[in-house]
Amino acid sequence: MSMNREGRPTRPEAGEGTKTDTFTGNRALMLEEPLIFELKEEEGTGVDFADAPQVESRLGGLERNRSIGIPGLSEPQTVRHYTRLSRQNYAIDLGLFPLGSCTMKHNPRLNEKVARMPGFADIHPLQPTDTVQGALGLIHMLGEWLIRLTGMHSVAMSPKAGAHGELCGLLAIRAALEARGDAREVILVPESAHGTNPATAAFAGYRVESIPANERGRVDTEALKERLGPDVAAVMITNPNTCGLFEPDMIEISEAVHAAGGLVYCDGANFNAIVGRVRPGDLGIDAMHINLHKTFSTPHGGGGPGSGPVVFSEALTPFAPLPFVEQQGEHFALIEEETAGEHHGQGFGRMTAFHGQMGMFTRAMAYILSHGADGLRQVSGDAVLNANYILRQLEDVLDAPFGDSGPCMHEALFSDCGFQGGLSTLDLAKGLIDEGYHPMTMYFPLVVHGAMLVEPTETESKEALDQFIGALRSVAERAKAGDQTLKAAPVHAPRRRLDETLAARKPVLVYKEPERAQAAE
Amino acid sequence: MRYLPLAEADRQAMLRAIGSNSVEDLFVDVPEGARLSGKIEGLADHATELSVERQLGTLARRNLVAGEVPFFLGCGAYRHHIPASVDHLIQRGEFLTSYTPYQPEIAQGTLQALFEFQTQVARLYGCDVANASMYDGSTACWEAIVMARRIKRRGKTVISAGLHPHYVGVAQTMARFTGDVLDVALPELTDGAPGDDADRLLAAIDGETSAVVVQYPNILGHVRDLSEIAERAHAAGALLIAVVTEPVALGLIRSPGEMGADIVVGEGQAIGVGLNFGGPYVGLFACKEKFVRQMPGRLCGETVDADGKRGFVLTLSTREQHIRREKATSNICTNSGLCALAFSVHMTLLGEKGLRQLAELNHAKAVAAAERLSKVPGVELVSGPFLNEFTLRLRKEARPVVRAMVDRGVLGGVSLGRLYPGAEALRNGLVVAVTETVTNEDVEALAGALEETLA
Repeated sequence: MSMNREGRPTRPEAGEGTKTDTFTGNRALMLEEPLIFELKEEEGTGVDFADAPQVESRLGGLERNRSIGIPGLSEPQTVRHYTRLSRQNYAIDLGLFPLGSCTMKHNPRLNEKVARMPGFADIHPLQPTDTVQGALGLIHMLGEWLIRLTGMHSVAMSPKAGAHGELCGLLAIRAALEARGDAREVILVPESAHGTNPATAAFAGYRVESIPANERGRVDTEALKERLGPDVAAVMITNPNTCGLFEPDMIEISEAVHAAGGLVYCDGANFNAIVGRVRPGDLGIDAMHINLHKTFSTPHGGGGPGSGPVVFSEALTPFAPLPFVEQQGEHFALIEEETAGEHHGQGFGRMTAFHGQMGMFTRAMAYILSHGADGLRQVSGDAVLNANYILRQLEDVLDAPFGDSGPCMHEALFSDCGFQGGLSTLDLAKGLIDEGYHPMTMYFPLVVHGAMLVEPTETESKEALDQFIGALRSVAERAKAGDQTLKAAPVHAPRRRLDETLAARKPVLVYKEPERAQAAE
Repeated sequence: MRYLPLAEADRQAMLRAIGSNSVEDLFVDVPEGARLSGKIEGLADHATELSVERQLGTLARRNLVAGEVPFFLGCGAYRHHIPASVDHLIQRGEFLTSYTPYQPEIAQGTLQALFEFQTQVARLYGCDVANASMYDGSTACWEAIVMARRIKRRGKTVISAGLHPHYVGVAQTMARFTGDVLDVALPELTDGAPGDDADRLLAAIDGETSAVVVQYPNILGHVRDLSEIAERAHAAGALLIAVVTEPVALGLIRSPGEMGADIVVGEGQAIGVGLNFGGPYVGLFACKEKFVRQMPGRLCGETVDADGKRGFVLTLSTREQHIRREKATSNICTNSGLCALAFSVHMTLLGEKGLRQLAELNHAKAVAAAERLSKVPGVELVSGPFLNEFTLRLRKEARPVVRAMVDRGVLGGVSLGRLYPGAEALRNGLVVAVTETVTNEDVEALAGALEETLA
């Protein structure tokens, strides 16, 4: 054994093997963490307060008379709790996150810095508008960029996320149709659409009908044209679509819908593929939402907040929601209910309490200014190049159902065709976790069996792509060879596969102290 | 370009590997007329980090920052002190740059935090269960109305005049398209109980009513016991939806759930999130256990993994759009995850003890401020019971007064003219919020500014 002079071993000995059980259940840097309710300090707190002045209470006899049951932790305990939890998450900061249709690109830290400037973060939505001219100016500036990048006529900034933007677009369409006394009942949605599309259409009071895809992964244009008629309010179409392909008939489709008296909604979730190269306004689109948390790099935050501004054609502009910002000379006005009457009387109303996701606008603006018109064009070019590189490097080992129909856009679609031994897309995905990757989107779009939708984004280097391709190839080969060890994957993650059936059958949605849980049974 | 790792040599090598001559060739499916040959004209080119920071810093400086002046605005957005560790923790890349926990084995951090969040919200609201958040309070309120309609299969909703007018606006927008009938009214500046219209609500509940919606504390700061409204709603087969826009209040006063509310929704912004000029915020959504399958939004639930270890997953997703499509309970997909985390971290730091202290401090400062301000000539206190927000009746129209106080360096509250434009009976009303961030000097500054502008 090698030792230094104090007797401390300086070289590992050939070990006895791997003993995995530990006293704590921890595995070195992989630390188990209890719930805050189990760490509980009923009377603990991590915040100090000044003494309250002595006054006569004016609570009208509504004083709380029972405990809330929320534990408090000191600052060191709190920091440690959440830091430990954070380490059980995969994230873009750790590696490639190829979740198709989610555009998990790098989140620049300049965005975070700008969003936290007190001039943006510490202002109230109901301050007099002449005290927030910089904020209104920023909303207007971002809106102008979005209008120019999409070739559209106007923009509604208030929608809170993509699905909220879809709702905004459909309500404007409905308001426009009602204004011309043309009540229509049906929205056509391709079968490959995101689930939010039919859900939004139903939420807006429409009946949804599905349009099939053709064998090339595109909307069946003839079937769509055949279905058009006086009852069809709009077509909701995703372009580039959820198979990662551009709809080459888009202009023809728009013209046919317009000729039949309907309007065209475009789901802009995949705008990252075409930003700076193709303007939806040139494709006959009437309304499209833009996910700032996809194309424009605002962080996904473990599931939001997002932001879903909607751009409109000239035909829909009068029906856009309130409030919005309007430049009047040097001044930026906030057009709300009281001033809308003068020149925006047909607007369909308010969608949210205030003016939209300001904290996301500042981040998106920082991103857009950083890239500029030239950089954004490079963004879509690199995003599409990266996806095609993955598609072509893997199509010999993974079935690419539409690989023969030409280049893909920003994401590559594969199927589970050829997997042996009962192995599925899920098994492959869990195998990728052991390789150190977040899996791709699984089982979506529904038009492909065992779909795997891989979106690398433009913020990956060639070396990162090559390593990912190697890992995916290795796992795919195991799936095709029927390697049953994949069924046990992941084995290196903080948790093995979780029992989703149990979770749904006996839902436990809040913590109950053991004594309370027992009493309830 | 600093966010793009591919070098030109990489691009060429990759193009060769896929058998294409240029990136432009990859866009062959785009109709030629719609393919731009170069960058979009008339827009700026890329900029350095320093330059972008300067440009946006210039815009930021054109706003009057709440923290730099005596500040008294509330009405749905509240300025509280947020401990430094909250922002530090939510900026950890593992939280900030992860996504919806679709792969639970590598998202236990987000999932456990959501499970803790759901428990905190349910307990704060006095409900059995809570979801993993909505966009904000106003959209949560509308979703609650839709949920009640689904449960009761009735089309009428009775809405208190004390509900935030922008929340009413969101409901009216949606009702216009869904055909729901909303029974709404303007609030009145009733002495001792501004915006309290319990009698109107009780009279309006009928056999067609799916739900009664009451804000607590209401838009004018008033608090009242909801028990009677809950009983009468239940007797008529309707639900009580309570809306809470200031969660700090619940550190001191009884929860809506205790008073019989079936669904409790609200805005969580006051805890952990900050003002942000109105967004992003975090909608809170809780209800009785029996309604859980009618809830909108994501739910996190406890389960075990293949080794029997406890873990968490998204659950009951058969309610949601990605499974149910047009039959889903809502179209919501992305929610407000990071704001929910901020809320939860701040709540963990506070604990019940800290929340109670915070609410007590808010209340004591607000009571002291109300007493001081009501001594200003031309100012009357309308409010009876309240927590940290109260309503004043001024001798003059309040909106120009608020504007004039800005010139004296004071952001002095929200005028009812701003919230209810055109409502003559409300034009002299001013809603003042007083949190722990307000000092005695601030209150004196407001009193002085009011005195000058009302003279």
